[in-house]
Amino acid sequence: MKSIQSIGLRDFLLEVGEISRFTGRFFKELFRPRLEFREFLRQAFIIGYKSVPLTGITAFIMGLVLTIQSRPTLEEFGAASWLPSMVAVSLVREIGPVITALICAGKIGSSIGAELGSMKVTEQIDAMEVSGTNPFKYLVVTRVLATTFMVPVLIIMCDAIGIFGSYLGVNMKGVTSLHLFYSQVFDKLAYGDILPATVKSFFFGFAIGIIGCYKGYNSNKGTEGVGESANSAVVVSSLVVFILDLLAVQVADLMGLT
Amino acid sequence: MIETKGHNELRKEAVNGQSVIEIEHLYKSFGDNHVLIDFDMKVSKGENVAVLGRSGSGKSVLIKCIIGLLQPEKGTIKVLGQNVPGLSHDELDKMRVKVGFLFQSNALYDSMTVRENLEFPLRRHWIEKPKAEVNDMVMEALTNVGLEHTVDMMPSELSGGMRKRIGLARTLILKPEIILYDEPTTGLDPITGRDISQLINDVQKKYNASSIIISHDMNCIKITANRIIALVEGKRRADGSYDELKDTIDPLVKPFFE
Repeated sequence: MKSIQSIGLRDFLLEVGEISRFTGRFFKELFRPRLEFREFLRQAFIIGYKSVPLTGITAFIMGLVLTIQSRPTLEEFGAASWLPSMVAVSLVREIGPVITALICAGKIGSSIGAELGSMKVTEQIDAMEVSGTNPFKYLVVTRVLATTFMVPVLIIMCDAIGIFGSYLGVNMKGVTSLHLFYSQVFDKLAYGDILPATVKSFFFGFAIGIIGCYKGYNSNKGTEGVGESANSAVVVSSLVVFILDLLAVQVADLMGLT
Repeated sequence: MIETKGHNELRKEAVNGQSVIEIEHLYKSFGDNHVLIDFDMKVSKGENVAVLGRSGSGKSVLIKCIIGLLQPEKGTIKVLGQNVPGLSHDELDKMRVKVGFLFQSNALYDSMTVRENLEFPLRRHWIEKPKAEVNDMVMEALTNVGLEHTVDMMPSELSGGMRKRIGLARTLILKPEIILYDEPTTGLDPITGRDISQLINDVQKKYNASSIIISHDMNCIKITANRIIALVEGKRRADGSYDELKDTIDPLVKPFFE
Protein backbone atom coordinates (compact mmCIF):
# COMPACT_ATOMS: atom_id res chain seq x y z
CA MET A 1 0.00 0.00 0.00
CA LYS A 2 2.76 2.34 0.99
CA SER A 3 4.71 1.63 -2.19
CA ILE A 4 1.61 2.26 -4.36
CA GLN A 5 1.11 5.59 -2.63
CA SER A 6 4.76 6.52 -3.05
CA ILE A 7 4.63 5.64 -6.79
CA GLY A 8 1.51 7.80 -7.15
CA LEU A 9 3.19 10.70 -5.38
CA ARG A 10 6.34 10.30 -7.49
CA ASP A 11 4.31 10.32 -10.72
CA PHE A 12 2.34 13.33 -9.51
CA LEU A 13 5.52 15.27 -8.70
CA LEU A 14 7.06 14.29 -12.04
CA GLU A 15 3.93 15.48 -13.85
CA VAL A 16 3.99 18.79 -11.96
CA GLY A 17 7.67 19.17 -12.88
CA GLU A 18 6.98 18.45 -16.56
CA ILE A 19 4.06 20.90 -16.69
CA SER A 20 6.26 23.56 -15.03
CA ARG A 21 8.98 22.96 -17.62
CA PHE A 22 6.40 23.14 -20.40
CA THR A 23 5.13 26.42 -18.95
CA GLY A 24 8.69 27.75 -18.79
CA ARG A 25 9.17 26.86 -22.45
CA PHE A 26 5.92 28.69 -23.26
CA PHE A 27 7.25 31.94 -21.77
CA LYS A 28 10.61 31.45 -23.50
CA GLU A 29 8.97 30.97 -26.91
CA LEU A 30 6.43 33.75 -26.27
CA PHE A 31 9.08 36.45 -26.39
CA ARG A 32 10.97 35.05 -29.37
CA PRO A 33 10.39 36.86 -32.66
CA ARG A 34 7.99 35.76 -35.38
CA LEU A 35 4.67 36.19 -33.62
CA GLU A 36 2.16 33.84 -35.22
CA PHE A 37 -0.51 36.54 -35.15
CA ARG A 38 -2.71 35.06 -37.88
CA GLU A 39 -2.86 31.68 -36.14
CA PHE A 40 -3.52 33.42 -32.82
CA LEU A 41 -6.53 35.21 -34.34
CA ARG A 42 -7.79 31.95 -35.85
CA GLN A 43 -7.54 30.22 -32.48
CA ALA A 44 -9.15 33.18 -30.70
CA PHE A 45 -12.08 32.87 -33.12
CA ILE A 46 -12.38 29.10 -32.61
CA ILE A 47 -11.96 29.23 -28.84
CA GLY A 48 -13.93 32.41 -28.21
CA TYR A 49 -16.66 32.80 -30.81
CA LYS A 50 -17.46 29.11 -31.17
CA SER A 51 -17.87 28.71 -27.40
CA VAL A 52 -20.43 31.53 -27.16
CA PRO A 53 -23.60 29.41 -27.65
CA LEU A 54 -22.71 26.75 -25.06
CA THR A 55 -21.41 29.13 -22.38
CA GLY A 56 -24.14 31.71 -23.09
CA ILE A 57 -27.03 29.24 -22.74
CA THR A 58 -25.50 27.77 -19.58
CA ALA A 59 -25.05 31.24 -18.07
CA PHE A 60 -28.64 32.20 -18.87
CA ILE A 61 -29.99 29.05 -17.22
CA MET A 62 -27.63 29.55 -14.28
CA GLY A 63 -28.90 33.09 -13.61
CA LEU A 64 -32.53 32.05 -14.02
CA VAL A 65 -32.29 28.96 -11.79
CA LEU A 66 -30.23 30.70 -9.12
CA THR A 67 -32.89 33.41 -8.86
CA ILE A 68 -35.79 30.96 -8.74
CA GLN A 69 -34.05 28.80 -6.11
CA SER A 70 -32.96 31.73 -3.93
CA ARG A 71 -36.30 33.53 -3.87
CA PRO A 72 -38.12 31.33 -1.24
CA THR A 73 -35.28 31.60 1.28
CA LEU A 74 -34.94 35.35 0.85
CA GLU A 75 -38.73 35.78 1.09
CA GLU A 76 -38.67 33.82 4.36
CA PHE A 77 -36.34 36.46 5.80
CA GLY A 78 -38.22 39.32 4.15
CA ALA A 79 -35.30 40.10 1.94
CA ALA A 80 -36.78 39.40 -1.51
CA SER A 81 -35.72 42.88 -2.65
CA TRP A 82 -32.11 41.78 -2.24
CA LEU A 83 -32.56 39.11 -4.92
CA PRO A 84 -31.03 41.05 -7.88
CA SER A 85 -27.95 42.17 -5.97
CA MET A 86 -27.41 38.80 -4.31
CA VAL A 87 -27.61 36.87 -7.57
CA ALA A 88 -25.40 39.42 -9.36
CA VAL A 89 -22.71 39.29 -6.67
CA SER A 90 -22.79 35.47 -6.63
CA LEU A 91 -22.55 35.32 -10.41
CA VAL A 92 -19.80 37.88 -10.82
CA ARG A 93 -17.63 36.80 -7.89
CA GLU A 94 -17.82 33.04 -8.06
CA ILE A 95 -20.42 31.14 -10.03
CA GLY A 96 -19.91 32.86 -13.39
CA PRO A 97 -16.11 32.50 -13.52
CA VAL A 98 -15.95 28.97 -12.11
CA ILE A 99 -18.82 27.44 -14.09
CA THR A 100 -17.71 29.11 -17.34
CA ALA A 101 -14.12 28.00 -16.74
CA LEU A 102 -15.29 24.43 -16.12
CA ILE A 103 -17.33 24.45 -19.34
CA CYS A 104 -14.28 25.80 -21.19
CA ALA A 105 -12.09 23.12 -19.57
CA GLY A 106 -14.49 20.53 -20.96
CA LYS A 107 -15.00 22.03 -24.39
CA ILE A 108 -11.73 23.80 -25.16
CA GLY A 109 -9.33 21.73 -23.04
CA SER A 110 -10.50 18.44 -24.53
CA SER A 111 -10.51 19.84 -28.06
CA ILE A 112 -6.94 21.17 -27.75
CA GLY A 113 -5.74 17.93 -26.12
CA ALA A 114 -7.32 15.77 -28.82
CA GLU A 115 -6.25 17.99 -31.72
CA LEU A 116 -2.60 18.22 -30.70
CA GLY A 117 -2.55 14.55 -29.67
CA SER A 118 -3.85 13.54 -33.07
CA MET A 119 -1.34 15.83 -34.80
CA LYS A 120 1.46 14.21 -32.80
CA VAL A 121 0.33 10.68 -33.64
CA THR A 122 -0.05 11.41 -37.36
CA GLU A 123 3.36 13.16 -37.53
CA GLN A 124 1.80 16.54 -38.42
CA ILE A 125 3.92 18.21 -35.73
CA ASP A 126 7.09 16.74 -37.27
CA ALA A 127 5.86 17.84 -40.72
CA MET A 128 5.52 21.40 -39.41
CA GLU A 129 9.07 21.37 -38.12
CA VAL A 130 10.33 20.08 -41.47
CA SER A 131 8.37 22.89 -43.16
CA GLY A 132 10.40 25.53 -41.31
CA THR A 133 7.88 26.12 -38.53
CA ASN A 134 8.52 26.07 -34.81
CA PRO A 135 5.57 23.83 -33.87
CA PHE A 136 5.65 24.86 -30.22
CA LYS A 137 5.25 28.50 -31.13
CA TYR A 138 2.71 27.85 -33.89
CA LEU A 139 0.53 25.38 -31.98
CA VAL A 140 1.10 25.90 -28.26
CA VAL A 141 1.85 29.61 -27.82
CA THR A 142 -1.07 30.69 -30.03
CA ARG A 143 -3.57 28.38 -28.30
CA VAL A 144 -2.48 29.30 -24.77
CA LEU A 145 -2.63 33.03 -25.59
CA ALA A 146 -6.05 32.56 -27.18
CA THR A 147 -7.47 30.78 -24.12
CA THR A 148 -5.85 33.31 -21.76
CA PHE A 149 -7.60 36.20 -23.52
CA MET A 150 -10.81 34.53 -24.63
CA VAL A 151 -11.86 32.77 -21.40
CA PRO A 152 -12.09 36.11 -19.50
CA VAL A 153 -14.14 37.56 -22.38
CA LEU A 154 -16.47 34.56 -22.22
CA ILE A 155 -16.73 34.93 -18.44
CA ILE A 156 -17.67 38.61 -18.67
CA MET A 157 -20.23 37.76 -21.34
CA CYS A 158 -21.62 34.93 -19.20
CA ASP A 159 -21.91 37.22 -16.17
CA ALA A 160 -23.96 39.65 -18.26
CA ILE A 161 -26.19 36.92 -19.72
CA GLY A 162 -26.58 35.30 -16.28
CA ILE A 163 -27.70 38.61 -14.77
CA PHE A 164 -30.22 39.03 -17.59
CA GLY A 165 -31.46 35.49 -16.86
CA SER A 166 -31.85 36.56 -13.26
CA TYR A 167 -33.94 39.57 -14.38
CA LEU A 168 -36.35 37.19 -16.13
CA GLY A 169 -36.37 34.95 -13.01
CA VAL A 170 -37.25 37.93 -10.80
CA ASN A 171 -40.11 38.82 -13.15
CA MET A 172 -41.58 35.33 -13.09
CA LYS A 173 -43.18 36.14 -9.76
CA GLY A 174 -43.77 39.86 -9.63
CA VAL A 175 -42.93 42.84 -11.74
CA THR A 176 -39.58 44.61 -11.57
CA SER A 177 -38.55 47.08 -14.24
CA LEU A 178 -35.29 46.56 -16.09
CA HIS A 179 -34.03 49.91 -14.82
CA LEU A 180 -34.81 49.10 -11.19
CA PHE A 181 -33.30 45.63 -11.50
CA TYR A 182 -30.01 46.90 -12.92
CA SER A 183 -29.93 49.78 -10.42
CA GLN A 184 -30.09 47.23 -7.61
CA VAL A 185 -27.44 45.07 -9.32
CA PHE A 186 -24.91 47.86 -9.83
CA ASP A 187 -25.65 49.40 -6.48
CA LYS A 188 -24.24 46.38 -4.69
CA LEU A 189 -21.52 45.36 -7.15
CA ALA A 190 -18.22 46.80 -5.94
CA TYR A 191 -14.70 47.10 -7.29
CA GLY A 192 -13.69 44.28 -4.93
CA ASP A 193 -16.25 41.98 -6.57
CA ILE A 194 -15.20 42.60 -10.16
CA LEU A 195 -11.40 42.92 -10.01
CA PRO A 196 -10.46 39.60 -8.32
CA ALA A 197 -12.97 37.73 -10.52
CA THR A 198 -11.51 39.28 -13.68
CA VAL A 199 -7.92 38.62 -12.66
CA LYS A 200 -8.58 34.99 -11.77
CA SER A 201 -10.39 34.42 -15.06
CA PHE A 202 -7.11 35.14 -16.93
CA PHE A 203 -5.42 32.46 -14.79
CA PHE A 204 -8.27 30.03 -15.52
CA GLY A 205 -7.83 30.64 -19.25
CA PHE A 206 -4.09 30.21 -19.07
CA ALA A 207 -4.40 26.97 -17.06
CA ILE A 208 -6.94 25.49 -19.49
CA GLY A 209 -4.72 26.33 -22.47
CA ILE A 210 -1.42 25.19 -21.03
CA ILE A 211 -2.78 21.89 -19.66
CA GLY A 212 -4.68 21.08 -22.88
CA CYS A 213 -1.56 21.79 -24.93
CA TYR A 214 0.73 19.89 -22.55
CA LYS A 215 -1.44 16.80 -22.64
CA GLY A 216 -1.85 16.89 -26.42
CA TYR A 217 1.74 17.80 -27.26
CA ASN A 218 3.08 14.96 -25.10
CA SER A 219 0.56 12.42 -26.29
CA ASN A 220 1.84 8.94 -27.07
CA LYS A 221 0.55 5.39 -27.39
CA GLY A 222 -1.10 6.05 -30.79
CA THR A 223 -4.83 6.66 -31.13
CA GLU A 224 -5.44 5.41 -27.58
CA GLY A 225 -3.17 8.20 -26.39
CA VAL A 226 -5.30 10.81 -28.20
CA GLY A 227 -8.36 9.83 -26.13
CA GLU A 228 -6.28 9.80 -22.97
CA SER A 229 -4.89 13.26 -23.73
CA ALA A 230 -8.36 14.72 -24.24
CA ASN A 231 -9.67 13.06 -21.12
CA SER A 232 -6.81 14.00 -18.82
CA ALA A 233 -6.78 17.57 -20.20
CA VAL A 234 -10.36 17.98 -18.95
CA VAL A 235 -9.77 16.28 -15.60
CA VAL A 236 -6.54 18.10 -14.74
CA SER A 237 -7.63 21.54 -15.97
CA SER A 238 -10.95 21.27 -14.06
CA LEU A 239 -9.04 20.41 -10.91
CA VAL A 240 -6.59 23.26 -11.48
CA VAL A 241 -9.51 25.70 -11.95
CA PHE A 242 -10.76 24.80 -8.45
CA ILE A 243 -7.26 25.06 -6.94
CA LEU A 244 -6.71 28.46 -8.59
CA ASP A 245 -10.13 29.59 -7.35
CA LEU A 246 -9.17 28.63 -3.80
CA LEU A 247 -5.88 30.50 -4.08
CA ALA A 248 -7.60 33.55 -5.62
CA VAL A 249 -10.03 33.73 -2.70
CA GLN A 250 -7.15 33.61 -0.22
CA VAL A 251 -5.16 36.27 -2.09
CA ALA A 252 -8.21 38.53 -2.43
CA ASP A 253 -8.89 38.08 1.28
CA LEU A 254 -5.30 39.00 2.18
CA MET A 255 -5.57 42.08 0.00
CA GLY A 256 -8.83 43.09 1.66
CA LEU A 257 -10.87 42.66 -1.49
CA THR A 258 -13.46 40.25 -0.09
CA MET B 1 3.35 -1.44 -67.54
CA ILE B 2 5.89 -0.69 -64.86
CA GLU B 3 9.46 -0.81 -66.00
CA THR B 4 12.17 -1.46 -63.48
CA LYS B 5 15.34 0.54 -63.88
CA GLY B 6 18.60 -0.83 -65.14
CA HIS B 7 20.03 -0.90 -61.62
CA ASN B 8 23.70 -1.34 -62.46
CA GLU B 9 23.57 1.34 -65.09
CA LEU B 10 21.96 3.85 -62.76
CA ARG B 11 24.29 2.94 -59.94
CA LYS B 12 27.33 3.63 -62.09
CA GLU B 13 25.90 7.05 -63.01
CA ALA B 14 25.26 7.85 -59.36
CA VAL B 15 28.55 6.60 -58.01
CA ASN B 16 30.37 8.86 -60.41
CA GLY B 17 28.53 11.86 -58.97
CA GLN B 18 29.26 13.78 -55.77
CA SER B 19 27.88 12.68 -52.40
CA VAL B 20 24.87 14.62 -51.19
CA ILE B 21 24.52 12.66 -47.94
CA GLU B 22 27.46 11.26 -45.98
CA ILE B 23 26.86 9.51 -42.68
CA GLU B 24 29.76 8.29 -40.55
CA HIS B 25 29.87 6.41 -37.24
CA LEU B 26 26.28 7.24 -36.37
CA TYR B 27 24.99 6.15 -32.95
CA LYS B 28 21.44 6.63 -31.75
CA SER B 29 19.71 4.98 -28.83
CA PHE B 30 16.56 5.40 -26.76
CA GLY B 31 17.46 4.46 -23.21
CA ASP B 32 18.91 0.95 -23.34
CA ASN B 33 17.59 0.36 -26.85
CA HIS B 34 20.54 0.92 -29.21
CA VAL B 35 18.90 1.63 -32.55
CA LEU B 36 21.84 2.71 -34.73
CA ILE B 37 25.33 1.44 -33.97
CA ASP B 38 28.31 2.86 -35.87
CA PHE B 39 26.19 3.26 -39.00
CA ASP B 40 27.75 4.59 -42.22
CA MET B 41 26.24 5.36 -45.59
CA LYS B 42 26.64 7.66 -48.59
CA VAL B 43 24.16 8.83 -51.17
CA SER B 44 25.36 10.27 -54.45
CA LYS B 45 23.63 12.92 -56.51
CA GLY B 46 20.76 11.47 -58.50
CA GLU B 47 20.86 8.17 -56.65
CA ASN B 48 17.83 6.37 -55.16
CA VAL B 49 18.95 4.39 -52.13
CA ALA B 50 16.54 2.07 -50.36
CA VAL B 51 17.11 1.24 -46.72
CA LEU B 52 15.66 -2.15 -45.98
CA GLY B 53 15.06 -3.55 -42.53
CA ARG B 54 12.57 -5.13 -40.18
CA SER B 55 10.07 -3.06 -38.21
CA GLY B 56 11.81 -1.33 -35.34
CA SER B 57 15.25 -1.72 -36.91
CA GLY B 58 15.84 2.05 -36.90
CA LYS B 59 15.08 2.94 -40.52
CA SER B 60 12.75 5.81 -39.69
CA VAL B 61 15.10 6.96 -36.91
CA LEU B 62 17.86 7.18 -39.50
CA ILE B 63 15.99 9.56 -41.81
CA LYS B 64 14.68 11.59 -38.86
CA CYS B 65 18.32 12.09 -37.84
CA ILE B 66 19.13 13.16 -41.41
CA ILE B 67 16.41 15.83 -41.43
CA GLY B 68 17.31 16.95 -37.89
CA LEU B 69 14.12 15.81 -36.16
CA LEU B 70 16.23 13.57 -33.89
CA GLN B 71 19.68 14.24 -32.49
CA PRO B 72 22.18 11.37 -32.67
CA GLU B 73 24.47 10.62 -29.73
CA LYS B 74 27.57 10.38 -31.88
CA GLY B 75 28.62 10.59 -35.50
CA THR B 76 28.40 12.98 -38.42
CA ILE B 77 25.56 13.44 -40.89
CA LYS B 78 26.61 15.65 -43.75
CA VAL B 79 23.74 16.78 -45.95
CA LEU B 80 24.78 18.89 -48.95
CA GLY B 81 28.07 19.52 -47.16
CA GLN B 82 26.60 20.65 -43.82
CA ASN B 83 26.87 18.60 -40.62
CA VAL B 84 23.22 18.40 -39.49
CA PRO B 85 23.75 17.75 -35.72
CA GLY B 86 25.85 20.92 -35.50
CA LEU B 87 23.40 23.24 -37.28
CA SER B 88 21.54 26.04 -35.51
CA HIS B 89 17.76 26.22 -35.78
CA ASP B 90 17.91 28.80 -38.59
CA GLU B 91 20.58 26.86 -40.49
CA LEU B 92 18.48 23.73 -40.14
CA ASP B 93 15.47 25.55 -41.60
CA LYS B 94 17.55 26.66 -44.60
CA MET B 95 18.85 23.12 -45.11
CA ARG B 96 15.30 21.72 -44.94
CA VAL B 97 14.24 23.82 -47.94
CA LYS B 98 16.50 21.55 -50.01
CA VAL B 99 15.42 18.29 -48.36
CA GLY B 100 11.88 16.97 -48.75
CA PHE B 101 10.35 14.43 -46.39
CA LEU B 102 7.40 12.19 -47.18
CA PHE B 103 5.98 10.93 -43.90
CA GLN B 104 4.70 7.42 -43.41
CA SER B 105 1.30 8.76 -42.37
CA ASN B 106 1.42 11.54 -45.03
CA ALA B 107 1.08 14.09 -42.20
CA LEU B 108 -1.36 16.27 -44.16
CA TYR B 109 -2.81 19.04 -42.00
CA ASP B 110 -6.42 17.99 -41.41
CA SER B 111 -7.69 21.52 -40.85
CA MET B 112 -6.35 22.82 -44.18
CA THR B 113 -7.40 22.27 -47.79
CA VAL B 114 -5.04 20.59 -50.23
CA ARG B 115 -4.05 24.04 -51.54
CA GLU B 116 -3.27 25.32 -48.03
CA ASN B 117 -1.31 22.16 -47.29
CA LEU B 118 0.85 22.77 -50.35
CA GLU B 119 1.25 26.49 -49.68
CA PHE B 120 2.26 25.87 -46.07
CA PRO B 121 5.97 25.03 -46.70
CA LEU B 122 6.26 28.04 -49.04
CA ARG B 123 4.77 30.42 -46.50
CA ARG B 124 6.67 28.94 -43.58
CA HIS B 125 10.03 29.07 -45.28
CA TRP B 126 9.16 32.73 -46.02
CA ILE B 127 9.58 32.36 -49.74
CA GLU B 128 8.10 35.59 -51.04
CA LYS B 129 6.25 34.95 -54.29
CA PRO B 130 3.34 36.70 -55.98
CA LYS B 131 0.00 34.97 -55.43
CA ALA B 132 -0.29 33.93 -59.08
CA GLU B 133 3.15 32.33 -58.98
CA VAL B 134 2.31 30.45 -55.78
CA ASN B 135 -0.86 29.19 -57.46
CA ASP B 136 1.19 28.02 -60.47
CA MET B 137 3.60 26.20 -58.15
CA VAL B 138 0.72 24.49 -56.34
CA MET B 139 -0.88 23.42 -59.61
CA GLU B 140 2.43 22.22 -61.02
CA ALA B 141 3.09 20.07 -57.93
CA LEU B 142 -0.44 18.65 -58.13
CA THR B 143 -0.10 17.99 -61.86
CA ASN B 144 3.09 16.06 -61.17
CA VAL B 145 1.12 13.67 -58.99
CA GLY B 146 -1.97 13.71 -61.24
CA LEU B 147 -4.34 15.25 -58.71
CA GLU B 148 -4.93 18.82 -59.87
CA HIS B 149 -8.71 18.40 -59.40
CA THR B 150 -8.31 17.95 -55.61
CA VAL B 151 -6.90 21.45 -55.01
CA ASP B 152 -9.84 22.68 -52.95
CA MET B 153 -10.66 19.41 -51.22
CA MET B 154 -9.99 18.58 -47.57
CA PRO B 155 -7.60 15.70 -46.74
CA SER B 156 -10.49 13.77 -45.15
CA GLU B 157 -12.18 13.61 -48.59
CA LEU B 158 -9.21 11.81 -50.16
CA SER B 159 -8.36 8.12 -50.37
CA GLY B 160 -5.17 6.70 -48.83
CA GLY B 161 -3.37 6.66 -52.19
CA MET B 162 -4.47 10.22 -52.98
CA ARG B 163 -3.30 11.42 -49.58
CA LYS B 164 0.08 9.83 -50.23
CA ARG B 165 0.30 11.62 -53.58
CA ILE B 166 -0.68 14.95 -52.03
CA GLY B 167 1.99 14.37 -49.37
CA LEU B 168 4.47 13.86 -52.19
CA ALA B 169 3.23 17.00 -53.97
CA ARG B 170 3.79 18.99 -50.76
CA THR B 171 7.30 17.58 -50.59
CA LEU B 172 7.96 18.52 -54.22
CA ILE B 173 6.69 22.09 -54.07
CA LEU B 174 10.03 23.40 -52.83
CA LYS B 175 11.83 21.43 -55.58
CA PRO B 176 14.14 19.65 -53.13
CA GLU B 177 17.52 18.24 -54.06
CA ILE B 178 17.04 15.31 -51.70
CA ILE B 179 13.82 13.48 -50.88
CA LEU B 180 13.43 11.16 -47.89
CA TYR B 181 10.56 8.67 -48.19
CA ASP B 182 9.38 6.97 -45.00
CA GLU B 183 7.52 3.79 -45.97
CA PRO B 184 5.91 5.32 -49.07
CA THR B 185 3.74 2.30 -49.92
CA THR B 186 2.72 1.16 -46.43
CA GLY B 187 -1.03 0.75 -46.05
CA LEU B 188 -1.71 0.89 -49.79
CA ASP B 189 -3.06 -1.86 -52.02
CA PRO B 190 -0.47 -3.43 -54.40
CA ILE B 191 -1.69 -1.50 -57.48
CA THR B 192 -1.65 1.89 -55.74
CA GLY B 193 1.66 0.97 -54.15
CA ARG B 194 3.10 0.28 -57.59
CA ASP B 195 1.75 3.61 -58.89
CA ILE B 196 3.42 5.44 -56.00
CA SER B 197 6.69 3.59 -56.68
CA GLN B 198 6.48 4.62 -60.32
CA LEU B 199 5.79 8.18 -59.23
CA ILE B 200 8.96 8.15 -57.12
CA ASN B 201 10.89 7.15 -60.22
CA ASP B 202 9.23 9.87 -62.32
CA VAL B 203 10.07 12.47 -59.68
CA GLN B 204 13.67 11.35 -59.57
CA LYS B 205 13.95 11.67 -63.34
CA LYS B 206 12.21 15.05 -63.51
CA TYR B 207 14.01 16.76 -60.62
CA ASN B 208 17.25 14.76 -60.68
CA ALA B 209 16.73 14.49 -56.94
CA SER B 210 18.56 12.01 -54.72
CA SER B 211 16.40 9.87 -52.50
CA ILE B 212 16.46 7.60 -49.51
CA ILE B 213 13.51 5.25 -49.49
CA ILE B 214 12.73 3.51 -46.23
CA SER B 215 10.70 0.42 -46.89
CA HIS B 216 10.26 -3.29 -46.44
CA ASP B 217 8.07 -3.52 -49.54
CA MET B 218 10.29 -5.40 -51.98
CA ASN B 219 8.13 -4.45 -54.98
CA CYS B 220 8.63 -0.77 -54.20
CA ILE B 221 12.34 -1.23 -53.64
CA LYS B 222 12.73 -3.24 -56.85
CA ILE B 223 11.04 -0.49 -58.88
CA THR B 224 12.65 2.54 -57.28
CA ALA B 225 16.05 1.76 -55.81
CA ASN B 226 19.32 1.63 -57.66
CA ARG B 227 21.07 0.65 -54.44
CA ILE B 228 19.86 -1.18 -51.36
CA ILE B 229 21.25 -1.00 -47.84
CA ALA B 230 20.10 -3.69 -45.43
CA LEU B 231 19.90 -2.34 -41.88
CA VAL B 232 20.13 -5.18 -39.39
CA GLU B 233 20.55 -4.75 -35.63
CA GLY B 234 21.49 -1.09 -36.08
CA LYS B 235 24.30 -1.80 -38.52
CA ARG B 236 24.72 -1.75 -42.27
CA ARG B 237 24.60 -5.45 -43.03
CA ALA B 238 24.56 -5.39 -46.84
CA ASP B 239 24.96 -2.80 -49.57
CA GLY B 240 24.40 -3.38 -53.26
CA SER B 241 21.96 -3.35 -56.13
CA TYR B 242 18.85 -5.53 -56.16
CA ASP B 243 20.49 -7.92 -58.60
CA GLU B 244 23.57 -8.20 -56.40
CA LEU B 245 21.65 -8.82 -53.18
CA LYS B 246 18.79 -11.03 -54.35
CA ASP B 247 20.99 -14.14 -54.29
CA THR B 248 22.78 -13.29 -51.04
CA ILE B 249 23.60 -16.13 -48.69
CA ASP B 250 23.60 -13.90 -45.59
CA PRO B 251 20.92 -15.49 -43.38
CA LEU B 252 19.92 -12.09 -41.94
CA VAL B 253 19.44 -10.45 -45.36
CA LYS B 254 18.19 -13.37 -47.43
CA PRO B 255 14.66 -13.45 -45.90
CA PHE B 256 13.89 -10.00 -47.35
CA PHE B 257 14.39 -11.30 -50.87
CA GLU B 258 12.46 -14.52 -50.48
